[in-house]
Amino acid sequence: MSASAEERNARTPWALTAPALMLFVGVLLIPLAMTVMLSFHDWGQYKGIEPVFILKNWHEIVTDPYYAEMFGRTFRIAILTTLLTAVLGAPEAYILNRMGGRWKSVFLLVILGPLLISVVARTLGWALLFGGNNGLVNKLLMSAGLIRAPIPFMFTETGMVIALAHVMMPFMVLSVWAALQRLDPQIENAAMSLGAGPVTIIRRIIMPQIMPGVLSGAIIVFSLSASAFATPAIIGGRRLKVAATLAYDEFLNTLDWPLGAAVATLLLAALVLIVVGSNALIERRYAEVFR
Amino acid sequence: MAYLELEGVAKQFGAQTVVDDFSLAVGKGEFISFLGPSGCGKTTTLQMIAGFLDPTRGAIRLEGKDLTAIHPAKRGLGIVFQSYALFPHMTAAENVAFGLEMRNVPRGERTERVRAALAMVGLAGYEERHPRRMSGGQQQRVALARALVIKPSVLLLDEPLSNLDAKLREEMQIELRQIQRTIGTTTVLVTHDQNEAMSLSDRIVVMSQGRIEQIGTPQETYEKPASAFVSQFLGKTNDFAATIDRTSAPARLIAGSWSAPAPAGRSGPVTISIRPERIDFGDAGLSAKIVTRIFQGNHWLFQCDSECGPATVIRQNDGRSQPVEGEAIHLTWRPEDMGVRGVA
Ligand SMILES: Nc1ncnc2c1ncn2[C@@H]1O[C@H](COP(=O)(O)OP(=O)(O)OP(=O)(O)O)[C@@H](O)[C@H]1O
Ligand SMILES: [Mg+2]
Repeated sequence: MSASAEERNARTPWALTAPALMLFVGVLLIPLAMTVMLSFHDWGQYKGIEPVFILKNWHEIVTDPYYAEMFGRTFRIAILTTLLTAVLGAPEAYILNRMGGRWKSVFLLVILGPLLISVVARTLGWALLFGGNNGLVNKLLMSAGLIRAPIPFMFTETGMVIALAHVMMPFMVLSVWAALQRLDPQIENAAMSLGAGPVTIIRRIIMPQIMPGVLSGAIIVFSLSASAFATPAIIGGRRLKVAATLAYDEFLNTLDWPLGAAVATLLLAALVLIVVGSNALIERRYAEVFR
Repeated sequence: MAYLELEGVAKQFGAQTVVDDFSLAVGKGEFISFLGPSGCGKTTTLQMIAGFLDPTRGAIRLEGKDLTAIHPAKRGLGIVFQSYALFPHMTAAENVAFGLEMRNVPRGERTERVRAALAMVGLAGYEERHPRRMSGGQQQRVALARALVIKPSVLLLDEPLSNLDAKLREEMQIELRQIQRTIGTTTVLVTHDQNEAMSLSDRIVVMSQGRIEQIGTPQETYEKPASAFVSQFLGKTNDFAATIDRTSAPARLIAGSWSAPAPAGRSGPVTISIRPERIDFGDAGLSAKIVTRIFQGNHWLFQCDSECGPATVIRQNDGRSQPVEGEAIHLTWRPEDMGVRGVA
């Protein structure tokens, strides 16, 4: 084979992936790099954006406790949402997996439902159900005499967690379900024949094997919740901001693009760190189950 | 008295009867095989003994006690699954220890018994290995150790060797038989491999379409098959159409130009079956022509075209010269080597 042919062979993979790579670089890497750069620029009410290199925005984010509160709230909501989806989603997937053919598809559709509905319509639905004194559920509970004052939902972190957990549930259920599919169909019988009761089977045999599924679902749910925009925007509004809505406001209301960029960059960096870190931990911990 | 007893056991899934009228008495320490083609209900029967399925009809008793009333977790049976169903998140030792833990065996004794069980199946030193890092044969041994360590009253094996390659399977068969002989556990093996059933079992239950075709020792089922199905399923056999002529005296059984004194009983058209290795070449008998001749080391395999249709003959390679392809020959056999059945 001639040298040029070999060279051509070596280049082939690059040539073949070039379109996808260009798209990746063009729509993801370049805007990201520009956002990071933007976060070091200066901005003034009257002078607009000045392309200089200063640490003003970063300094403000690090020192002003307002931002600490925003990020604290963002991650608190994300963690609670993740916990809620895990606690509800894992048993849900287990039950779903044991259901017979037709019911299984019906309930799978029910679980995937939230993904098929626009986030705005769904969240507004939640607001109609729970929002203020006129919320349907609050009215019902009050007329039943169970509560005296309406349970606050709008503009609360609880509301955000519940609404987010609803939409994130499919990711958790599907992830756990995938783990359940890999179980040996006879594994529960095997444990039973050795004398294990139902609780022991779930705790000692099923749980450890689906844990990787729960954890990878948790990573997805966590990162999506921490960067979620629409749900916090509708339920939290201006009163209860999270990192994503904060960045949005800086960009579009205050027009302080550099500060918004700094917030967005920090959110991204924190998420990447958390996700990559926990992923590495999980893979090491569950090497045997992952194979 | 029978140790494990199945009486008129049947299982239906909806309208489909998968096992029907299954009656069997297994003696203590006996090694029984369920042998039959795929889908004949072997696993279903085994699962009913294990308790994972409830029989639609019939009784299953262990030492005279009704087994169906006992929860599967309390039956104390050892089960090896076709897929092994090992716990992938536990080491080999933890897998084997699980059943002992469930029985609250104290830690010290537990460790000792786990070590002994793994040593018995030839896996000493593999205690800390996870199943996914073991070969198929090793996983199979862990599964066996896990089932045996709880000292089960009955050991149930569902095609435990079918995932292994031929050589390993043979090794494991010998090992399984040795282990079973040593500890004397009553064992029920499910298999669709007739060689496996023959070489391992004290008795074989041949099944077809959910029914028992024959129960007998390997020799009985091979040499005195109770039905055409059994004779076909257990190794190669030659079925010839024949007639019993009772008009002449003495009465004779005639197949082509081969004939012999007729056995008592039947008359008219019958089917006779003869194993290929029981047929000899002679000067008189069923005329045939050799179609193919295949050398297989310790024996020769002949395909012949006979008066009564195709015939297979196996001859020991004893150094004597053998007929060649195309040669006209005569097939003979001793009347006692042949099975006679009515025409189905
Ligand atoms: N849960 C079930 N529902 C309906 N039919 C079933 C069920 N389980 C088994 N069957 C049917 O029962 C029959 C016997 O199945 P079984 O698993 O006992 O066969 P087998 O003899 O073990 O076959 P193989 O050698 O392939 O394992 C099959 O026809 C199968 O389709
Ligand atoms: Mg089977």
